[in-house]
Amino acid sequence: MAHRLAGLAVIAVIAVLLPAFFPSAYYTRVATLVFIFALAAVGLNLLMGFAGQVSLGHAGFVGIGGYSVAIGATYLGMPTWLCIFVSAALSGLVAFLVGRPILRLRGHYLAVATLGFGVLVGIVLTNEAAWTGGPDGMTVPRLTLLTWQVRGADAWYWIAASTFLGGAMLALNLNDSPTGRALKAIHDSEVAAAVLGIDVSYQKLAIFVVSAIYASVAGSYLALFNGHITPDVSGFLSSIELAAMVVLGGMGSVAGSLVGAAVLVVLPQTLTVLHEYEHMVLGLILMGFMIFLRRGIVPSLAGAVARRRP
Amino acid sequence: MAEFLQFFFSGLTVGAVYALVALGFTLIYNSSDVINFGQGEFVMLGGMSTVFLAAAGMPLSLAAFAAIIITIAVGLALHRLAIEPAGDASPVTLIMITIGASIFLRGAAEVIFDKRFHSLPPMLGSAPLHIGGAAVLPQSLVVLAGAGIIVVLLWLMIDRTLLGKAVVATAVNRLAARLVGIDTRRIVGLSFAISAAIGAVAGVLVTPITLTSYDVGTLLALKGFAAAMLGGIGSALGAVVGALVLGMLEAFSAGYLSSKYKDAIAFLVILVVLLTMPQGLLGKGKIERV
Amino acid sequence: MPISKRMIVTAALGLAITMASGLSASAQIKVGAVLSVTGPASFLGDPEKKTLEMYVADINAKGGVNGKQLQLIVYDDGGDANNARTFATRLIEEDKIDAMVGGTTTGSTLAMIPVFEDAQTPFISLAGAIQIIEPVHKWVFKTPHTDKMACEKIFADLKQRQLTTIGMISGTDAFGKSMRDQCVAVAPQWGIKIAHEESYGPRDSDMTPQLTNIANTAGIQAVVNPGFGQGPAIVTRNYRQLGINLPLYESHGVASKQYIELAGTAAEGVRLPAAALLVADKLADGDPQKPIVVDYARAYQQKTGQAVSTFGGHAYDGLMILVQAMQRAKSADKAKVRDEIEKTKGYVGTAGIVNMSPSDHMGLDLSAFRMLEIKNGDWTLVPDVKS
Repeated sequence: MAHRLAGLAVIAVIAVLLPAFFPSAYYTRVATLVFIFALAAVGLNLLMGFAGQVSLGHAGFVGIGGYSVAIGATYLGMPTWLCIFVSAALSGLVAFLVGRPILRLRGHYLAVATLGFGVLVGIVLTNEAAWTGGPDGMTVPRLTLLTWQVRGADAWYWIAASTFLGGAMLALNLNDSPTGRALKAIHDSEVAAAVLGIDVSYQKLAIFVVSAIYASVAGSYLALFNGHITPDVSGFLSSIELAAMVVLGGMGSVAGSLVGAAVLVVLPQTLTVLHEYEHMVLGLILMGFMIFLRRGIVPSLAGAVARRRP
Repeated sequence: MAEFLQFFFSGLTVGAVYALVALGFTLIYNSSDVINFGQGEFVMLGGMSTVFLAAAGMPLSLAAFAAIIITIAVGLALHRLAIEPAGDASPVTLIMITIGASIFLRGAAEVIFDKRFHSLPPMLGSAPLHIGGAAVLPQSLVVLAGAGIIVVLLWLMIDRTLLGKAVVATAVNRLAARLVGIDTRRIVGLSFAISAAIGAVAGVLVTPITLTSYDVGTLLALKGFAAAMLGGIGSALGAVVGALVLGMLEAFSAGYLSSKYKDAIAFLVILVVLLTMPQGLLGKGKIERV
Repeated sequence: MPISKRMIVTAALGLAITMASGLSASAQIKVGAVLSVTGPASFLGDPEKKTLEMYVADINAKGGVNGKQLQLIVYDDGGDANNARTFATRLIEEDKIDAMVGGTTTGSTLAMIPVFEDAQTPFISLAGAIQIIEPVHKWVFKTPHTDKMACEKIFADLKQRQLTTIGMISGTDAFGKSMRDQCVAVAPQWGIKIAHEESYGPRDSDMTPQLTNIANTAGIQAVVNPGFGQGPAIVTRNYRQLGINLPLYESHGVASKQYIELAGTAAEGVRLPAAALLVADKLADGDPQKPIVVDYARAYQQKTGQAVSTFGGHAYDGLMILVQAMQRAKSADKAKVRDEIEKTKGYVGTAGIVNMSPSDHMGLDLSAFRMLEIKNGDWTLVPDVKS
C-alpha cells in the first residue's frame, strides 16, 4: 500500500511544482492536455492492461462525453458541471448496453467490434448536425462552478491534474483489490478464471463500464477546456492514439499511462521542427519504443533498473 | 430490377477492392498471428509508385512491375527491421508496431510523392459494360478477377506446395515447426513479402477506380481488416467473402436505406454477425488452451 | 507497483527538455499559419502552405514589409481542431506572432477564434463557412467566398437555363456538408426545388447507388455536387458511367485543373462556380483581376510543378491583405493592423475584389464567382447571368 501511494505522491509533487517551470501558457496548455488524455488512457489501461480486453474504439466514449456536455449545456440548458456527471452516466449506460453483447467476443474479433462501435459513434456525431453541428463541430460553453467561469489553461491544469491523480489512485486501488486480482486472472485465462468461480462476464462488463466513464470525463474536460468540439475526437485515429498511449506507456502500469500520454501529446509538438519529415520520424520513434521497450516504457525501465540492483 | 443490379455491381466493385486488401491481412495473420495495419500502405505504395514511375517516363506495365518489387522490398524490410526484432512481444504491441510502420510509410509517401490525388488508366478501356440494365466498369471485373486469381494461387500454394505446408505449420505452432526444421523466420518474412505483393497488385488494379493518394491506406486498412474479420480471419476465402459482403452492405444501404448512414449500417451488421458467429462467416473455431 | 523516484524525475526532466522551442529573432514581423497540411483537408492545406512560403520569400526578397523581413511560422494541425487550438496557443504564447493567416477548415478556425480574440491578434481565416464572419468577431476576417455564394451562383445559372428541380449529392465532409446546408437554405429564394438528396463519404470509391437513386427520381432536371477533393472526380466518372444526361454542376471545391484530368472525358459539359484564378488566361484583357491571377498561376505552376489551386489563392489573398494593411498602418501593431485590414477597399485578389467594412469581414460579393463550363478538357467562361 505504501509504495503504491508513494509513486502517486511523487507524481503529485511534480504536478504541483511543474507550472513554476512553464515559460508560457502554451506549456500549461500542453500539460493540461497530457493530464486529460492520461485520464482516458488510465481508463483504457484498466480494460486493456489489467483485464486484457482490446478496445480500438474507446475514443467513441470520449466523443460521447464531450458532446453530451456540449449538447446538454447548449440545448438543454443544464449547468456545465452537472453535464460532466450526466455524460459520465450516459457513457456508462452506453458501455453497459454495448458491452454486454460485445464482450463475448475475444481477441481480434473484440478489436474489430470495438472499432466498429467507435466508427459508429463518429458517424452519428458527424451526421446528426442539428444536434452536433456536423463535421465542423459545435461551440461548448465554458465550465461554470457557482459563479466562477473556468477559463484558461491555468485553472484547467489543476482540474485535469487532480482528476487524473484521483483516477490513478482509484485504478491503483483496484489493482490490489479482489476485483483487480479477478481481472488479472481473466487476463491470463478466462476459462481458468471461470473455473475458479469468477463471474467473468460481469467483471469484464464492469471494467468496460468503468473505463468508458474515465474516457467520458476526459472527453467532457477536453470539450470544456477547448470551448469547441469536433467529431474527429471520436474518430478511428483518435482511438488508435489512445490505445497507443496505453501500450507505449506499459499495459497494466498506471504511471505508464501518464508517460504514454505525455509522449504522444508532447512528441508531435517537438517534432514540428522537422516540418514535412514530422510523421516519418513520429512513426520511427513509435516503432522504436515498441521494439526496444516492448513491455512499455515504464515496465521496461523499471525492469532494467531492478536488474541493475544487486 | 435494373437498379438492384446496379447496386449489386457497385457492391461487387467496392467489395473486390476490399477483398484484395483483406487477403493481405489474412496471409500475414496466418503465419505469424500479427494483424498488419501497414497493409493499407502496401496498396498505397503499389498505386502511387506506379503513378510516379509512369510520370517519370517508364512504360506503364514496367512501372507497375517495379512498383510491386518496391513494395515487396518494403514488406520484407518491415518484417526484418520491425517485426523480427520485436520477437516475443505481445500481440497488441505487434499491432502497435505495424501502426507505427504505417505512420512512417505514410509520412515517407508525403515527402517522396505528393499530397494530390492520382489515377491510372483503366486496363480494358473506360466504356461501361451494360449487364441487365446496369452499367459496370470493365475495371471492376478486372479487380474481381484479380482477387479470384490470388485466392486460387494462395490456395494452391498452401494446399499443394511444401512451402505452403510450412506456412501452415508455422501458424499452428511455431516451436514445433522449428523443431521439424522449418526456418520460421524465413516463412514469416515470405508471408510479409507475399502480402506486400498482394497489396501492391491491389493498388495497381484498384487505382483506376478508387484513385490513389498518399493517405489512401488508412481507410482501406480499416475496411480490409473489418472485412477479413467478418469472413473469419485465417481463411483466404473468408477474406474475400467477408469483403464482398461488406461491399454489398455498403452499396445496398446507400441505395435502399440511407446514403448518410451506409457505413454505420455496414458496421452494425458486421457487429451482429460477429455476435451470432463469433468466428466470422467462414472462420475456424479456435481452441483456447487453459 | 513500485515507481522509483529517479524514474519520475528523469521523466519529468525529459518532458521539460522536449518542450524546448526555437529561437525567435526581433526586428522581424512574425506571421503565423496553422494549416491542415496533412490529413483529410490536405487538398486545401498543402497549396495554402506552398503559397504562403513562396510569397513570404518573394516579399522578403523585395525588401520585406515596412523595411522588416517577414518570418513565417507554419504548423500542421493534421485536420484536427484540438491540435489547431494548441498550435494557435503556441503561436501566441511562444512564437509571439503579430498576425495569423490560416485555419484551413471551419472546424479548426472556430476552435482557434477564442485564442485570437483573447490575444487581440488579427486572424485572417482561409475557411469557407459563413459562421466565421457572422456574427462578426472583432479580430477575425476571412478570404474565401462563402458556400452561400457558390450556391447562389449555381442557382442563378440554373434559373437562366430554366432548370428548377434538381437532385443533390454531397460529401459528408465539412466542406460538402456546409455547402449543402447553405444550398438547402437559399434554394426556395431562387425558386429551386431539391427533389432528392444523397451523400457519400469523402474517400468513397463508388457513388453509383446514390446516383442511380437520383437519376430514378422523376422530374429531376439537373444535379448539383457539393464536395471537394477526389469525390467530385469519382462522382463525375460514375455519372457518365451510368449514362446520366442531365446537366451536372460541381462546386468550387474541385479547385484545380486536376479535376479535369482525373474525371477525364466525363467532365465535358460540367459547370461550376469558381474564382477567376482558374481561368486566368481566358479573362478579358480589361478584367482587373487578370494581371494578379495570371501572375500567381504562373508562379505557382513554375515553383511547384502543379496546377494552381483556388485554395492556394485564398492564402495568397490573405497574405496580401495582411501585408497591405501593415504597409498602410506603417507598423505591425496588432490593433492598427486590424483596423487597416477592416478598411481594405478595392483589393484585387485571386478570389475577387475585396471591400471590407466593420460589418463585413470578408468583402466579396457574388460577382467574385465566375461560372465556368468544361469544354474539350479545358475551362471556358460562361457569360454572366442577369438574375
